[in-house]
Amino acid sequence: MAVAVEAVGLTKRFAGSSRPAVDHVDLATEEGEYLVLLGPSGCGKTTLLRMIAGLEQPSEGEIRIGGNVVNGLPPRARRIAMVFQSYALYPHKTVRQNIEFPLKAQRMPPDKRNERAEWATELLGLTRLLDRRPRQLSGGERQRVALARALVREPSVFLLDEPLSNLDAKLRTLARDDLKNFHERVGTTTIYVTHDQVEAMGMGDRIVVMLDGKVRQIGPPQAVYELPADTFVATFLGSPPMNLIPRDDVIVGFRPEKALPAAVLGEALDGHRRWTLEIHRIEYLSGDRHLHGLATGLGTPTPVIVRLPATVMMPIDVGGTHDFVVREDDLCYFDAETERAHEVRAR
Amino acid sequence: MRSGLADREGFLARLMLLPAIAYIVALVAVPFVIAIAYSFSDVTAGNPSYDWVGLDNYRANWRDPVFKRALWNTFFFTAATMVLTVVLANIVALLLTADFRGKWVVRFLILLPWTTPAALGAIAWVFMLDSLLSPIDWILQQVGLLDDNRHMVWLGKSGLAKASVIGVQVWRLVPLAAVIIMAGQTAIPDDIHDAAAVDGAGFWRRLWEVTLPLTLPVIAVAALFGAIITFTDMSVVRVLTNGAPVNQTQVLASWAYVKGIDGGNLAQGAAVAVFLLPLLLAATVAILRAVRRWEVS
Repeated sequence: MAVAVEAVGLTKRFAGSSRPAVDHVDLATEEGEYLVLLGPSGCGKTTLLRMIAGLEQPSEGEIRIGGNVVNGLPPRARRIAMVFQSYALYPHKTVRQNIEFPLKAQRMPPDKRNERAEWATELLGLTRLLDRRPRQLSGGERQRVALARALVREPSVFLLDEPLSNLDAKLRTLARDDLKNFHERVGTTTIYVTHDQVEAMGMGDRIVVMLDGKVRQIGPPQAVYELPADTFVATFLGSPPMNLIPRDDVIVGFRPEKALPAAVLGEALDGHRRWTLEIHRIEYLSGDRHLHGLATGLGTPTPVIVRLPATVMMPIDVGGTHDFVVREDDLCYFDAETERAHEVRAR
Repeated sequence: MRSGLADREGFLARLMLLPAIAYIVALVAVPFVIAIAYSFSDVTAGNPSYDWVGLDNYRANWRDPVFKRALWNTFFFTAATMVLTVVLANIVALLLTADFRGKWVVRFLILLPWTTPAALGAIAWVFMLDSLLSPIDWILQQVGLLDDNRHMVWLGKSGLAKASVIGVQVWRLVPLAAVIIMAGQTAIPDDIHDAAAVDGAGFWRRLWEVTLPLTLPVIAVAALFGAIITFTDMSVVRVLTNGAPVNQTQVLASWAYVKGIDGGNLAQGAAVAVFLLPLLLAATVAILRAVRRWEVS
């Protein structure tokens, strides 16, 4: 049964630190949702997760799991399971003993325990590793054991703290698929902490973008990417990040891939904003061309990056100046002072 | 360019090892060889000429009931001290790592016995366990466990005197063992404890299934060090009971001292002390193996 997790005004202050690690966070998962907490290191996402787990006590605010306030309850009373960045396997126990440990703690009888452990190991393809110890396993195998240990007692919520960051790049892609498939199969509400926007965009049903202990935006990947709530979200997500151009009391933003040379569109320029780009440098990255240059005509002349898709064959040289267009609908506007997005997008 | 003294690492290494080697040879190796040689002789303080007597001293000791008592006591005191030390040191180590107000005072007090010389500590205990003035008796009288005019006479009865010797040994060994075990406990990553908490393990299960197994190698080392210290110690028995009542609390080290130094029979004293050797050798081998296993893993 999928269960929702809610945080209301959740705050954590650590002794000796002037600003709270988590600052009045409000969020609620939907049942069975895959919610990703995304932010740079030190933004409070792990502290938030640890408060939900019961490993840290909040300074203020409330945590509800399945509608019940769990503040003050120890982790074991919360029916949550957590996978740690380091996996935190018990080094002196075999894979089987590691996986059975949560069941043993529940005082489940040995034969039933065995059955559940076998079900979990089969699900994650660990059957032949049951008698090994963690130090005899590869990084990917350890991660799967940690997952099996979390899964085995059928928790109502999964908490994953950067479970992929200790894997090499190739393995990470595979493990990402595994995690996502796994979630689709078990359908348990999952909160996933990462600083990697690719993981967040690829896996999250919704993304919570955090900075300095505060939630900056919550939304599905597409909304967070295309309608960033402020300039931090706009530049934190996307590679290269959103271009931001100051104009009077607003900041105009557009994604690098939303600009095209005017010549490509010919005469059909209705609803487009025209501007010019003086090309300083061209990077050729996996078929696309990244044009670095100075944009004029959108506001104060500002360095920007434009990503030309491989399908645009037009010759462009360093030092040249070209006319570019961006659809009016693709422009974002932010208040120059608060850096928050304007409610009404077109101006 | 000429190579200086500092470049000749082999020579330099030998030079720097020299003081340590000289120290060990003069104060350990030479007395050790002399002790073994004496144990096969009839050397006494009054007549230091060396005459070979074979195993006579060992035979004489073996017939002596006090020697057998001392041999048994040495093993018994060491074993009892170790069991109590390991249990208490684990508890103290948990206290030392816990976070509470005033922990610095508690830490200081707990570590105090370790910094006190054994003989000095034993003298303090002589007062604590005095037949008439014992503060422990006074406390027992105040709480009503002991009649007002009666006394425990801690050091005067065989059982209580043995318990007192063990108690003082434990008192002085627990801090060292606790510090060693604490180092082992703090080496366990926080994530492991967090994982155990999330997995639903309470305090006792975490202790038995996570903390203790992971500190076991360190506990073993602490226990072995403590065993060697207890096994070879003579100062606690010497100062606390001097073997009383009637040699009931003698151990090998104190009995060797009584025979060899007090009684002047160097040869028989040496033969008593040589009995310490096999166990010390076994303990040393065990420590070296434990350390090597540690280095490998």
